[in-house]
Amino acid sequence: MAKKLINGNYAAAYGAKLARAEVIAAYPITPQTAIVEQVADFVSSGEMKARYVTVESEHSAMAACIAAASVGARTFTATSSQGLLLMHELLHWASGARTPVVMVNVNRAVAPPWSVWADQTDSVSQRDTGWMQFYSESTQEELDTVIMSYKVSESPDIMLPSFTTEDAFFLSHTYEPVEIPAQELVDGFLPPFNPEIKLDIDNPRGFGSLSMPHQWYMELRYLIAEAMDRSRQKILKVEKEWKELTGRSYGGLLDEYRTEDAEVVLVNAGSAASTIREVIDRLRAQGKKVGLARLRSFRPFPTEEIRALGRHVHTIGVMDRCYTFGDGGAFFTEVKSALYQLKDRPTVKNFVVGIGGRDITMKTVGKLYDNLYKIKSDGLDEEKEWVDLKRPEVG
Amino acid sequence: MSRPLKSYRDLPLAPITYEDTREAFKTGSWRTFKPQFDKSKCKKCWICWKYCPDMSIRILEDGTGIEFDYDHCKGCGICATECPAKCITMVPED
Amino acid sequence: MLAGALFDEGKDVQAFPYFGVERRGAPVTAFLRMDDRPLRIRSEISEPDVVVVLDTFLMKYVDVLAGLKPDGVLIVNSAKGPEAYKKSPSLKVATVDATGIAIKHGVGSRTTPIVNTAILGAMVKVLGIVKLESVLRSIRASAPVKKEENAASASEAYERVVIG
Repeated sequence: MAKKLINGNYAAAYGAKLARAEVIAAYPITPQTAIVEQVADFVSSGEMKARYVTVESEHSAMAACIAAASVGARTFTATSSQGLLLMHELLHWASGARTPVVMVNVNRAVAPPWSVWADQTDSVSQRDTGWMQFYSESTQEELDTVIMSYKVSESPDIMLPSFTTEDAFFLSHTYEPVEIPAQELVDGFLPPFNPEIKLDIDNPRGFGSLSMPHQWYMELRYLIAEAMDRSRQKILKVEKEWKELTGRSYGGLLDEYRTEDAEVVLVNAGSAASTIREVIDRLRAQGKKVGLARLRSFRPFPTEEIRALGRHVHTIGVMDRCYTFGDGGAFFTEVKSALYQLKDRPTVKNFVVGIGGRDITMKTVGKLYDNLYKIKSDGLDEEKEWVDLKRPEVG
Repeated sequence: MSRPLKSYRDLPLAPITYEDTREAFKTGSWRTFKPQFDKSKCKKCWICWKYCPDMSIRILEDGTGIEFDYDHCKGCGICATECPAKCITMVPED
Repeated sequence: MLAGALFDEGKDVQAFPYFGVERRGAPVTAFLRMDDRPLRIRSEISEPDVVVVLDTFLMKYVDVLAGLKPDGVLIVNSAKGPEAYKKSPSLKVATVDATGIAIKHGVGSRTTPIVNTAILGAMVKVLGIVKLESVLRSIRASAPVKKEENAASASEAYERVVIG
């Protein structure tokens, strides 16, 4: 299992290949195009036995995946930003129909203004669609998580679609050493997809038809709620199996770094977490007790893990690379909501950072930790702060 | 439904119907007018069968004419309009 | 290609681009980090140790020296000598006519020569962080066509780069 120098997009493509995806619906969009292009190479060279469907839009890509999954095929597609938004209607359909489609979304800002750079508004704004969503910090994690998500999604007691995200350019186009697992290892880990319910001409049924208020709509949606709740344990179980096979794991639902004795903690998702780890080690060397809690799974939300964190850390800064207008950053709002039940609630501040691809540097992260220390001693300054914003001069 | 559903525990995983909906749902009650067939005038062109949008006309096995599936015929009257021999008439359901 | 060579020599590397519109001829910035220990910083590089300029025309519009460490290295694709670009005495400057070398070896077209393989050769000599053979191997592995011509460009630039 030698390491290869590949970027996040190729890692995602390898994930789909090793998982033996059978139907690929492909539509390009910067910065994920290389994913579907690499998969196309795998299919055309015969390395991957799959049906590759070039569709006319992302909406069609999702439609093709849902249909293929309904026939019992393992599916894959990739998109970003505008493309993900275009699929929105069908994201709801995929989860409602309980088709375990697996997708990769490269986190890219939504237009207008036009931007191809890293921003998490696209994936975060799909949080209500019933899809599981995972945030990768490295290209290795991207590859591994794509494979793991098939196992989670296709579990008979889950049967929900999932997507894994990677930040535009900072992961999608970043070349770094990645260990590509052997096909035999993945075959042993991931059994073939064989759903109980599928379109079958010998056993015809109606799929997705009407259900009236007094009938079963509410109950069918309740089943999705239960499945998503079950997925927490499933994700942890699958990761444990993966660790036994490869030695790699990623911290489960909430990946914590040096939080055990931390006085202040930053919560974050995506590639900036790596930079934060570097800052933590440098600050720790100076005697500061800082930590990171990385949201690896946003759906299902790591409610218990956040509560456990809030029981011993009293000052938390939640970084959001997105913003829900009229409310606040999405991670901030949900972290606060999870902490609400605690008797002694920590102080929580929202740092809105990296919007539209604005770089999150070590200097910025250092400033955030400084601010959290100030809040710890003097109290909360403001609830939400847009960091590194070009502000007008005061006075 | 042959499978009694009492709670969410009885449901299939996904929103699918178990019965052949054609058997489970009889839509004949939607009719206001019902088609009537006069075998004596029938030319056996089967135009009515071709035009029926609902697959509710069956050609008799002996080929002497047609019969209606009154469980599903919705009384749209297209068969009566299209029949060149005018052997189908629409009469009111009572 | 440089990342590939460094990786083959056992370094941890991270390489990624920053570009605007996706079209031929649009300006591109490429970042590379390397270390003996695992890399974790993922932001853009604002205080580089080394700046390599492949297209001097861009220097009219972009302050390529911004953030370059005072004792850093500047390598420029130019037929002029290093004195033309030495803005401060502590800065190590090197120049090589990568454009001329590329045209000579027929790499790219005469109006749009491919200069990056040539300048890689110059970088090997100036920086001393990687062996020429590793870079040549990486070039041969990456170049879709004209593998030997690209490798020859790099070797010639290695010989001809002027360090001032």
